[in-house]
Amino acid sequence: MTTPRVVVTGLGIAAPNGLGTEEYWAATRAGKTGISRITRFDPAQYPAKLAGEVPGFSAADHLPSRLLAQTDHMTRLALVATDWALEDAGVDPKALPEYSMGVVTASSSGGFEFGQGELQKLWSQGSQHVSAYQSFAWFYAVNSGQISIRNGMKGPSGVVVSDQAGGLDALAQARRQIRKGTALIVSGSIDASICPWGWVAQLAGGRLSTSEAADRAYLPFDEAAAGHVPGEGGAILILEDEQAALARGAEVYGEIAGYGATFDPAPGSGREPGLRKAIEVALADAGVDASDVDVVFADAAAVPELDRIEAEAINAVFGPQGVPVTAPKTMTGRLYSGAAPLDVATALLAIREGLIPATTHVEPDPGHDLDLVCGQPRTSDLRTALILARGHGGFNAALVVRAA
Amino acid sequence: MSGRRVVITGVGVTAPGGVGSGNFWNLLSEGRTATRGITFFDSSQFRSRVAAEADFDPEEHGLSTQEIRRMDRAAQMAVVTAREAVADSGLDLTALDPYRTGVTIGSAVGATMGLDEEYRVVSDSGRLDLVDHTYAVPHLYNYLVPSSFSAEVAWAVGAEGPATVVSTGCTSGLDSVGHAVELIREGSTDVMVAGASDAPISPITLACFDAIKATTPRNDDPEHASRPFDGTRNGFVLGEGSAVFVLEELESARRRGAHIYAEIAGYASRCNAFHMTGLRPDGTEMAEAITVALDEARMNGDAIDYINAHGSGTKQNDRHETAAFKKSLGDHAYRTPVSSIKSMVGHSLGAIGSIEIAASVLAMKHNVVPPTANLHTPDPECDLDYVPLTAREHRTDAVLTVGSGFGGFQSAMVLARPERSLA
Amino acid sequence: MATEAFTLEDLKRILREGAGADENVDLDGDILDMEFEELGYESLALLETCGRIEREYAITLDDNVISDAKTPRALLDAVTAHLAGAAAPVAA
Repeated sequence: MTTPRVVVTGLGIAAPNGLGTEEYWAATRAGKTGISRITRFDPAQYPAKLAGEVPGFSAADHLPSRLLAQTDHMTRLALVATDWALEDAGVDPKALPEYSMGVVTASSSGGFEFGQGELQKLWSQGSQHVSAYQSFAWFYAVNSGQISIRNGMKGPSGVVVSDQAGGLDALAQARRQIRKGTALIVSGSIDASICPWGWVAQLAGGRLSTSEAADRAYLPFDEAAAGHVPGEGGAILILEDEQAALARGAEVYGEIAGYGATFDPAPGSGREPGLRKAIEVALADAGVDASDVDVVFADAAAVPELDRIEAEAINAVFGPQGVPVTAPKTMTGRLYSGAAPLDVATALLAIREGLIPATTHVEPDPGHDLDLVCGQPRTSDLRTALILARGHGGFNAALVVRAA
Repeated sequence: MSGRRVVITGVGVTAPGGVGSGNFWNLLSEGRTATRGITFFDSSQFRSRVAAEADFDPEEHGLSTQEIRRMDRAAQMAVVTAREAVADSGLDLTALDPYRTGVTIGSAVGATMGLDEEYRVVSDSGRLDLVDHTYAVPHLYNYLVPSSFSAEVAWAVGAEGPATVVSTGCTSGLDSVGHAVELIREGSTDVMVAGASDAPISPITLACFDAIKATTPRNDDPEHASRPFDGTRNGFVLGEGSAVFVLEELESARRRGAHIYAEIAGYASRCNAFHMTGLRPDGTEMAEAITVALDEARMNGDAIDYINAHGSGTKQNDRHETAAFKKSLGDHAYRTPVSSIKSMVGHSLGAIGSIEIAASVLAMKHNVVPPTANLHTPDPECDLDYVPLTAREHRTDAVLTVGSGFGGFQSAMVLARPERSLA
Repeated sequence: MATEAFTLEDLKRILREGAGADENVDLDGDILDMEFEELGYESLALLETCGRIEREYAITLDDNVISDAKTPRALLDAVTAHLAGAAAPVAA
């Protein structure tokens, strides 16, 4: 029995530089940033003031008011992105067997903004002021649950949390379920915690850029790298068994071909960080050599030490300047669990168009010895892309996508 | 890599009334309850003021002051429990390829205790909308993103393979272990340190369950407050705790002469796609998960000797899963002892699925079925054998354990002796 | 508080605030004797609604109100009875 191939047939994107796939891709190929001063609350008192906020999203235009009452911002984005992804895939979930569809998403901090509101009611007014919806609206499983309910999907479902690496872990888990026999999985992630409480928690992580200039704030692989700008959003992807997708005449973006994940050794062990190994596992899983990879979408932490570790891992596998590397997330900020699914979507769009989107505003540090695609997008015949993602604490994940 | 079978070779438990798997089993087999009036904080403003608190002292279990400070209680429990599991397995993880050992920890609500406490500080007890970062503790990010739980466990045991937190509400503890099984079966890892941990006994959790009247208001009789399948039950009792397992591939476990508690023979998860908190009385999706788990185990329902129920102590749940057992096992459901340990250790949300796996494999080890405590007046609509009040000696070679969670998740796992004949 | 009344308009306002409204239902129609379920409100929406009523009117509804009051009329009656009960000591 051969292992079924798993393909992507639909994309739903909500990104700081574009809502919807068309807007996002147009912005991304043009190098348009979505980073600006926070508007959702007044950031004046905080050392970091910039974020990537999704523009022009009016949930009431897309979702019934019964759902609005019980959902955090990130869940609303996820439900709408799912609608778009299903539409893009040409799938009507009501027409498919319920158990043949599942939902596997990643989360990092759940519905944190909703949670702040209820914590505030609890501590300022008393426990009886806490909403009935608090029991699930903030928790990590909420998007998978709400997506499954809205679309009548009863198949194997799940939620993984591995900080920013989780976005790839979710896609891998989705692929696993399809290989075990489920025809379609809604996967990916939308994340958001741009609220004062979330902001303070992110500041505590010590990796936020304090620059107030949108074009100087998030500069991975640059000598001036000094932390990242957080963003919100991400991408929802429709994954299907290739045979099932082809049988219904679906248009295929590409294949989820390989995946690998590792965890860094405990601090002070002196052992090598795990990213190189994750890449090697992913390439072996995809059955490709390093020379087959046409582009790498970097994790791009923009913390000098982490940039060095990533550059060393890439160079160890591909050789110095051995493969084009890019970080379009310089236009969106880091979207936590939403970042990697957005990178996977971007890679698939890049493959389709034969165009590597650029890393914006970065002057590459020659010490990293990377072929970083900077300034302008680069035209290139693309078949195979590698996407990297790392999570706070030592999570490493690598995923290979291949043209259909 | 097809045909790889996965077994449990190490067990660790931190539960109310019993830190360590031995103490935990003593509590269950004696039918004692660990539910009590809340002592962690002044709970007088809440509707439900009972909980199953664990007498867990991280210092006593060897965590350093620095570790205690940076970890939420749930992470502390996960680390201590993981160490017990690894020690119990007799496996020297440092002698193995660290990339071939992974970690999955389930948690429904993450570092909710730490978040609740720190929110109160940075918001000046809710007075500030724009909370004050200058009062934030440096490890607040570890509370924000609960993958820190898996990070801590991975460091503690020296694992460098895939690591993640699985968070599917109250089925997290089953789904985390189910996820780990899949990684070994497909060949991504050889060993998994897998389990779950939750420490939700905090004001915000009490408040949100008060708001939906899910927890019991039986505050005058906390020791007997958790009453699954009893006609007088009126909600669940919040609990806390952790259970972690060492999972290995069967052949390598046999080669090293490991004690094998059980094979994780089958696992499946389904969604009801119906409601974030509600359940339909027919139990269809849970029945589907059970059927698929049995198929995966290549077992007939008749082979199940004991059902470790979700048994949360809400009317809706008890009827839902009773229907699911009948639908999936037919008449055999009536002949099979069913019990809910939540009657004794409460409902620790994402952790309980793993704690119930621990109870299931210990039932197999001792050939004793733990009871459903506090079951005096059965709900006439729940007409199975729920093993009231006292444990029962009973040959137990195969156990079905199930969970049901907010979000609509329904999970089922079949544990069996690896030497059974395959259907 | 003794003179405070709880009207259908109050209920509709609280339902909309706390739980939204089903786009296919006209809450301003003749809904008094329709079941909440027909109006698009399940148990969770009613829990949220009753929680809001309790806070706004400083009353505590019995647990069985939510399961027993299946229509707006039944809920109005239950709340009104509580308000009358709460008012009695004040009047005395």
